[in-house]
Amino acid sequence: MKKYLLKRILYMALTLFLVATITFFLMKLMPGTPYSNQEKMTPQQIKIMNQQYGLDKPVWLQYIFYIGGMLHGDMGTSFQFSNQPVSYLISSRIGASAQLGVQAMIFGVFFGIIVGSVAAVYRNTWVDTTATIVSIIGKSVPNFVLAVLLQYYISLKLGWFPIADWGGFEYTILPTIALGVGPLAETARFIRTGMVDVLNSDYIELARAKGLNKFGIIYHHALRNSLIPLVTLIGPYTVALMTGSMVIENIFSIPGIGEQYVKSIQTNDYPTIMGVTMLFCFGLVLIILFTDIIYGIIDPRIRLNGNED
Amino acid sequence: MAEEKINLQPDSFEPLAQTNEQELDSEKIAAPSLTFSQDAWRRLKKNKGAVISLFIILIMVIVSFGSTPFITHSELVKSNPEYANLPAKIPGIDINGFNGKMKVGGEWTDVYKQNGIKDNVHFVLGTDYLGHSLAQRIIYGTKISLTVAIVATLFDLLIGVTYGIVSGWKGGRTDNVMQRIIEIISSIPNLIIVVLMLIVFRPGMTSIILALAISEWTTMARMIRAETLSLKTEEYVLASRTLGQSTGKIAWKHLVPNVSSIIIIQTMYTIPSAIFFEAFLSFIGIGISAPQTSLGVLLNDGQKNFQFLPYQMWYPAIILVILMIAFNLLGDGLRDAFDPRTRR
Repeated sequence: MKKYLLKRILYMALTLFLVATITFFLMKLMPGTPYSNQEKMTPQQIKIMNQQYGLDKPVWLQYIFYIGGMLHGDMGTSFQFSNQPVSYLISSRIGASAQLGVQAMIFGVFFGIIVGSVAAVYRNTWVDTTATIVSIIGKSVPNFVLAVLLQYYISLKLGWFPIADWGGFEYTILPTIALGVGPLAETARFIRTGMVDVLNSDYIELARAKGLNKFGIIYHHALRNSLIPLVTLIGPYTVALMTGSMVIENIFSIPGIGEQYVKSIQTNDYPTIMGVTMLFCFGLVLIILFTDIIYGIIDPRIRLNGNED
Repeated sequence: MAEEKINLQPDSFEPLAQTNEQELDSEKIAAPSLTFSQDAWRRLKKNKGAVISLFIILIMVIVSFGSTPFITHSELVKSNPEYANLPAKIPGIDINGFNGKMKVGGEWTDVYKQNGIKDNVHFVLGTDYLGHSLAQRIIYGTKISLTVAIVATLFDLLIGVTYGIVSGWKGGRTDNVMQRIIEIISSIPNLIIVVLMLIVFRPGMTSIILALAISEWTTMARMIRAETLSLKTEEYVLASRTLGQSTGKIAWKHLVPNVSSIIIIQTMYTIPSAIFFEAFLSFIGIGISAPQTSLGVLLNDGQKNFQFLPYQMWYPAIILVILMIAFNLLGDGLRDAFDPRTRR
């Protein structure tokens, strides 16, 4: 276990280091300078600015400074907002994104489990068909289309929720639904397949023979066993939520990381792009590591020896 | 137990009269023998959803690619301000919303009449803010979206299959290194790879295709590798090796045909995700951008006016959703057809 953990953490560090290196050199290759009003600046001013930001040093030295800074949580200064450190930009925005992501994950997984298990229990009936249609549609309707529709018909026409912006809980409901529908559909399909398997097994038959009630069987025996593999989906869900946050936060004008990322891509704000890139990568590798460990703990059949396949 | 006595007469041993040839052969299998792919095709045909999806996809592909001589890019970028923002008008149909009328301030008004447009001009799906026919743009956009998705998927397939076969076949240290590389790549979110590629290359079709190809091949490679690992211990592969067949030929003649079902299924799942990614990137404005057209661009355009001209977003959205549903259903159908065990 210890050896496995060490190995995984080593790979994590290697991945992050590679991503940091690749992004750094890609950004160095990019045309353009950090100074938006270059024409108005004298060569002296540019020289001073370059000195201030360390841009007069050779690239390899800049690289070392950059990696060193990263290790201390210093991600440089944003080009877009003058004198604002990227780390501040990120930390002031991460709350909204994290809240939205967690809410969407809970919403999607919770309702996905309900839809999936109902479909499995009533399989091959109209309930099952409806659930299948719901999950196919949920998988096929892009979240940004859904977001625009929700925003227009529920917020603007019906006026149930605020149209956009970020305030209390009511502001988060529509974005959460829009983000969570993808995971919901995926979870429902996954749970249904797992449940159908489990429901056909002998111990369910035994539980039924013992005279347990239907709900007890489903809750205690069937659901618990089909929930375990769901842990492996947390990684892909995180990716989907990160991707989704970029567009959903834009549509609902939520001051989060995703919205910032799009903005910095559009304005060529390289330090911010690098910062958010590293944040996303770090988040993902961390979550994959955690889910692997949790999976091993809750399901002893999976051995943690690092070469499962 | 008492045995029953049977009275046998000499004529009991006479051969039966031959009625026809086939009855003689009791071992004969009634149905014609089917190859693996024929069998899969037979199962697929039973799946209504998948067959309908296949037809929808075929129609969309034929219409969008067949339109190439009629709807050209240069034609599409010409703006006709006098026709701007017209709703749908289909000759002969008198349903509000499809007869040139649109709700303006709560009342259905004939926008065509209001703008003084001749009677013989109609736009089946209306026009956008520059007076382009929305139907033409949607067809053209579908073509671009499909092209991006299909080309990206082909690249993805090429890289993934080659990588998977090499990794699985070589085994040992090579395999180990190659798998660690995949592990690292797959722990970087696709989004990041795509975004970095789009920043380095100028946003456009080529860079989206490249970005998608680079970021999506790992799943394919993993599945192909796992299959190759089990296939390479098969007797026929061993026989082929013993006979001195070259590795390339073994891979091409024995491995690829045997992993073809995985390839087909995986391809069917990659295409919709590529369509989604393209639409997503174009929607937030870092993918394909106007004056180029794709479904994502159309959605982006439509979203700006959604409050007043909802049809401009609805139509491309419906096409996109139908396309996604069709590919997903066909993918599920193919998975069940190739591997009946997964079906429940």
